Amino acid sequence: MRKFFHLLLAVGITGCAAQPDKVDHSEKAAKPAAPVASPTALTTQSFYASTYKVPDGPPTLIRHATVLTGTGTRLDGADVLLVDGKIQAVGQGLQAPSNSKVVEGDGLWVTPGLIDIHSHLGVYPSPAVEANSDGNEATSPSTANVWAEHSVWPQDPGFRTALAGGITTLQILPGSANLIGGRSVILKNVPSVTYQGMKFPGAPQGLKMACGENPKRVYGADKHQFPSTRMGNVAGYRAQWAEARDYLRDLQEYQQKIAAGGKDAKDAKPPKRDLRLDTLAAALQGEILIHMHCYRADEMATVLDMSKEFGYHVVAFHHAVEAYKVANLLAENGVCAAMWADWWGFKMEAYDGIPENIAMVDAAPGGCAIVHSDSEEGIQRLNQEAAKAIAYGARSGLNIPPERAIRWLTSNPAKTLGLADRTGTLEPGKMADVVVWNRNPFSVYARANLVFIDGVVRYDRKDPGVAPESDFLMGQPAAPGADR
Amino acid sequence: MRTLRCILTALALQSGLVWQATQAADTRVRPVLIRDATVHTLSSAGTLEHTDLLIKEGKIADIGHGLDAPTGAEIIEAAGRPVTPGLFGGLGHLGIEEIGIEPTVDDYSLKVGAMRPEFDVSSAFNPDSVVLGVGRLGGMTFAMLAPSAEGGGKGASGTIIAGQGSVARLDGTLVPAAHALFLDVGGDAASLSGGSRAAQFMLLRQAFTEVRSPKSFLQGDIRVLTPGGRQVLQTYLDGSAPMVFDVDRASDIRQVIAFAQREKLRIVIKGGAEAWRVGSELAAAKIPVVLNPLDDLPLSFDAVGATLENAARLHEAGVKIAFSFDDPSPHNIRKLRQAAGIAVAHGLPWDAGLAALTRNPAEIFGVGATNGSLERGHPADLVLWSGDPLEVTTLAERVFIQGQAQVMRSRQTELRDRYLEKLRANAAR
Repeated sequence: MRKFFHLLLAVGITGCAAQPDKVDHSEKAAKPAAPVASPTALTTQSFYASTYKVPDGPPTLIRHATVLTGTGTRLDGADVLLVDGKIQAVGQGLQAPSNSKVVEGDGLWVTPGLIDIHSHLGVYPSPAVEANSDGNEATSPSTANVWAEHSVWPQDPGFRTALAGGITTLQILPGSANLIGGRSVILKNVPSVTYQGMKFPGAPQGLKMACGENPKRVYGADKHQFPSTRMGNVAGYRAQWAEARDYLRDLQEYQQKIAAGGKDAKDAKPPKRDLRLDTLAAALQGEILIHMHCYRADEMATVLDMSKEFGYHVVAFHHAVEAYKVANLLAENGVCAAMWADWWGFKMEAYDGIPENIAMVDAAPGGCAIVHSDSEEGIQRLNQEAAKAIAYGARSGLNIPPERAIRWLTSNPAKTLGLADRTGTLEPGKMADVVVWNRNPFSVYARANLVFIDGVVRYDRKDPGVAPESDFLMGQPAAPGADR
Repeated sequence: MRTLRCILTALALQSGLVWQATQAADTRVRPVLIRDATVHTLSSAGTLEHTDLLIKEGKIADIGHGLDAPTGAEIIEAAGRPVTPGLFGGLGHLGIEEIGIEPTVDDYSLKVGAMRPEFDVSSAFNPDSVVLGVGRLGGMTFAMLAPSAEGGGKGASGTIIAGQGSVARLDGTLVPAAHALFLDVGGDAASLSGGSRAAQFMLLRQAFTEVRSPKSFLQGDIRVLTPGGRQVLQTYLDGSAPMVFDVDRASDIRQVIAFAQREKLRIVIKGGAEAWRVGSELAAAKIPVVLNPLDDLPLSFDAVGATLENAARLHEAGVKIAFSFDDPSPHNIRKLRQAAGIAVAHGLPWDAGLAALTRNPAEIFGVGATNGSLERGHPADLVLWSGDPLEVTTLAERVFIQGQAQVMRSRQTELRDRYLEKLRANAAR
């Protein structure tokens, strides 16, 4: 075991995201000198690795379309050239290699592939039978040891319907029953028999945490155990972080002894392997990115204080229905708010939801707004959710052009997943994750005509066979396509 | 973001104006003339462009060209924008569920382990629920209160007869005469009928027998209804009000159709994820379907055939359709308009999409004389929209319910304005 552990430690750091901006580094400064490899490198994904490979395909030139680049720019009558799975160029009058497929884009709109940072596809799949209900390990308030990917059922028919809505990348999270729910996984929305075949190569994992009503209801009200209050919730997280810091310190000390060589190295013993603390220590190191389900403004402020106490960064508050009340605070702390357009009232902590939430977060100087779904229905039309936010914003005097709003579904979510350097915009060198829409996507009548993932057509509205149906729907006499 | 300050300043002025405009006089006193609108009448008159609509004493006094404004009338220049009947908010918990997961304000289900068709949620209706204001601002003016049949967890359970509800208007009034009885059958209701969907019709047949052939029962026989329940069920067996069956699977829908024909019931199918597979039978039996246009996943084994084309296929088969979400929570019923637009994007004619939110549900639930179409003499129950009423970027600009202009404020706009103010203060800092 010890040898195995040592081997894991020796494995290099993955391509995990750099520390996000505006982290309070005061805790970090107090740490021992940085060791050669990250002590939490064992959290890297050398095992359970992605097996996704980009299939070869010819270049594609999309011509004369209205292009929203995801960087805040709109280009009319522009071309987008996809070569070898990457965006090669965006601009007017591009020359296509002779073997290119050409998509005539007159009247069409082109955007980056949409990204949903809050999905439970695969872990709460259709059909929603108990046997497939694998999203909440609701047996302990902290299950940082579990990985959502080990629950993902790649045959969830919802992946395909999300693809028809332009979703190319999605984060699958554990549910919110627990204070600390476990690790997320980032998937490319490609069909595969295994989740490894969908796994976004090199993407950092996330950590799902939850504020508020859910943990205290699941444990306090339903099971009569800790936590049963919001103060219990916070004590619960803090105890976990305190333990994780000790674990991290022990790992670092062990690693320093090994590095020093000689007798110290010989006698060195690693701390007992703990899968839960592996995750939390990696999160403290910024190698796993922290996504926190939090509705209420006051709870978000509490969590920000806690993140300073323990020296970590929350990349996004999810379901942030009260983000509009603290839009400036979130912006100042470099935290994104992931929101629905108009959901509210389905529980007490959602009572103050307003449809101007997204537009108001966007309006705060430096604000980072994201549209997320948490729903197998909503993920099919994030573009329409954004459209509603645009309309309510306009009614409130906040005029948001399409080229700005598209960032809520593309570059902003990419940033919180640590993937801003790879996807989320139509810039040369980025993955060719692209949607061709039949019209302005911010409309109820908008449909994706083509969805490219790494330059490969994965959805074609005119040719449903391009996106294979889930195994579950095969041979079902009742299936919608069975009679046609 | 440099522009934020001036935007917000402009907003302050604008919202002042909006506030003034929405303090419209009581239309029972002050007439309103909407000029140059695209009027979707949902009547035989169809859609009328560049048309005026006059509201006098709460009623639609006239629809036509070049109408004169009576003295003191408020004049609204529509400039071609659409006017439609007030929209239908579906079947659910309006005014009987202020927030979810909170027993003190959730009154939509009876769990006493016995069939109680006499249970009527109308008496729990709260006209002061803030949920009504949110729906009103979304252009919804009427909805059908519907109880839910629910399992009891550790306690007593509900049964497949959820109980009754009636039409509620979003001005906070009820229409008790427009009532219905709600039943839940199929796989998701198996736990309410002893574990098998086969028992559902067995239990219903017994209930009907208790009403129709009381003498067939011997002393000591088990009965499923109370005397009050028998009395209430009798009124539905007479066909004076519809029985609404929540059912999705095609074979279950066929069972319901056969049952209804045998018992000569007036029924409505709710849910109907696989109703398109039974379209011609539903059309022949003249059974309307209230469906959720967004159902396109096999969320259960009863819904393997779910498709976004359900509405279009049923319409094509000649079935009268209306829209409702499956989720009976009332908070986001304004989204039903979007669902209608999505049905249109998947093959339903636009006019049929609007009818499924207006005329059809009004007729199905017995308020066709006051809701769902714009005709001379009807109470003014209508909406002026900023654009295509089925488009997500469109908002309701003015809403009239049963002759009364609605103030375009809700708890949500109050919250918005309080915090916009703070956002502005910060931008000015």
